[in-house]
Amino acid sequence: MNQWKNFSKGFFKDNPVFVMLLGMCPTLGVTSSAVNGLGMGLATTFVLVMSNIVVALVKDFIPDKVRIPSFIVIIASFVTVVEMVMQAYIPALFEALGLFIPLIVVNCLVLGRAEAFASKNSLGSSIIDGLGMGLGFSMALTMLGSIREILGSGKIFGFSLFAESYGMLIFVLAPGAFIALGYLTAFINKVRKA
Amino acid sequence: MGKKESTLPSMALTLIVITVIAGSTLGYIYKLTAGPIAAASEQKQQEAIQLVVPVFDNNPAQEMYKIAADGGDSLKVFPAKKEGINVGVAIESVSHKGFGGDVKIMVGILPDGTINNYAVLEHKETPGLGTKMDTWFKPSDNADAGPSGNAFANWLFGIKSDAGGGNTSIVGADPLKTNLTVSKDGGDIDAITAATISSRAFLDAVQKAWAAYNENADAYSSATTKNNDAQEGGAQ
Repeated sequence: MNQWKNFSKGFFKDNPVFVMLLGMCPTLGVTSSAVNGLGMGLATTFVLVMSNIVVALVKDFIPDKVRIPSFIVIIASFVTVVEMVMQAYIPALFEALGLFIPLIVVNCLVLGRAEAFASKNSLGSSIIDGLGMGLGFSMALTMLGSIREILGSGKIFGFSLFAESYGMLIFVLAPGAFIALGYLTAFINKVRKA
Repeated sequence: MGKKESTLPSMALTLIVITVIAGSTLGYIYKLTAGPIAAASEQKQQEAIQLVVPVFDNNPAQEMYKIAADGGDSLKVFPAKKEGINVGVAIESVSHKGFGGDVKIMVGILPDGTINNYAVLEHKETPGLGTKMDTWFKPSDNADAGPSGNAFANWLFGIKSDAGGGNTSIVGADPLKTNLTVSKDGGDIDAITAATISSRAFLDAVQKAWAAYNENADAYSSATTKNNDAQEGGAQ
């Protein structure tokens, strides 16, 4: 398999958020600012790559009927590692993401890649797939977070662009997440098909 | 995959092996990170104390004592002293009236009963709205500080500070003279735009700390004025 294609499919062709619509819970929940989106994306990327590695390594030893519980235990372990390490060394990000870190466990994207890709492919391909998908997910979350942050509070990555009182409050709140995601998805798919 | 047959012993064995490995790895990582996690939360507490009270030279965390407050909470009080003289106290206070759960703050109270400064320790308020309480109740100059302040925007667009958009600071306020409730409830403080509930919770926590401290002040410090009847117009 062409490894460059394997890597780049996560950004555009099979983007987890805009094309596959996987992992919507963190996508809508944490993207009230660009930094939160990026942090969540990178945390998910780490979990995705590590679980893809382990799943690709142990796939031959796991009986078919217990593969899903096995994958979930592997994923949950890495999520817990991320949670503890983040709490210890980046407490500010840990507080911003809060509840959404443990919820990476139930992000369909992670289990989806383990089941659909890593359990059928070699170790190298699985690492590249995890990286591509994770970074594509991070990119999508950062884009969504930037749009919401600019429109909602007039800032980008915490830097003020215009007075906060001109921001449209709705974009900071949940409805803004749906609106922004809807338009972004429509736009990306239009470009993708063109 | 699936080269291995799914028989009961093989499935059970696989799951046991995976969970044992996962469990022991997590136990090891927990041991590694337990220290830094405790240190990070202690450091946050230290920074909050330093922010809210004037310069001190004792160790407030060691001299910490607890006082009872309204609603059965016990608040932690960190006395700050310079050369043995009381320069203020930092009180860790909590309100259960937040929009998304408890709001935990650190309030600094000077010996004359005025509020010196505050820091928000923990909350689950709406990002972009209730989260503004971190700077909202401080003077506009303070709200501008920090890397995420308005300095960049001012430089880029020549805008004058927008933080003075009608917010009232509680820094320097004397709860005896200022009614620390939001203006909607007849108080003197303007609530955060679109976050009245968070504002109420925040002010509730401030008042709780102040009232509890004053009720207990005599027992601990003679330097503090008696303000027992100061709760009128208080928490609603």
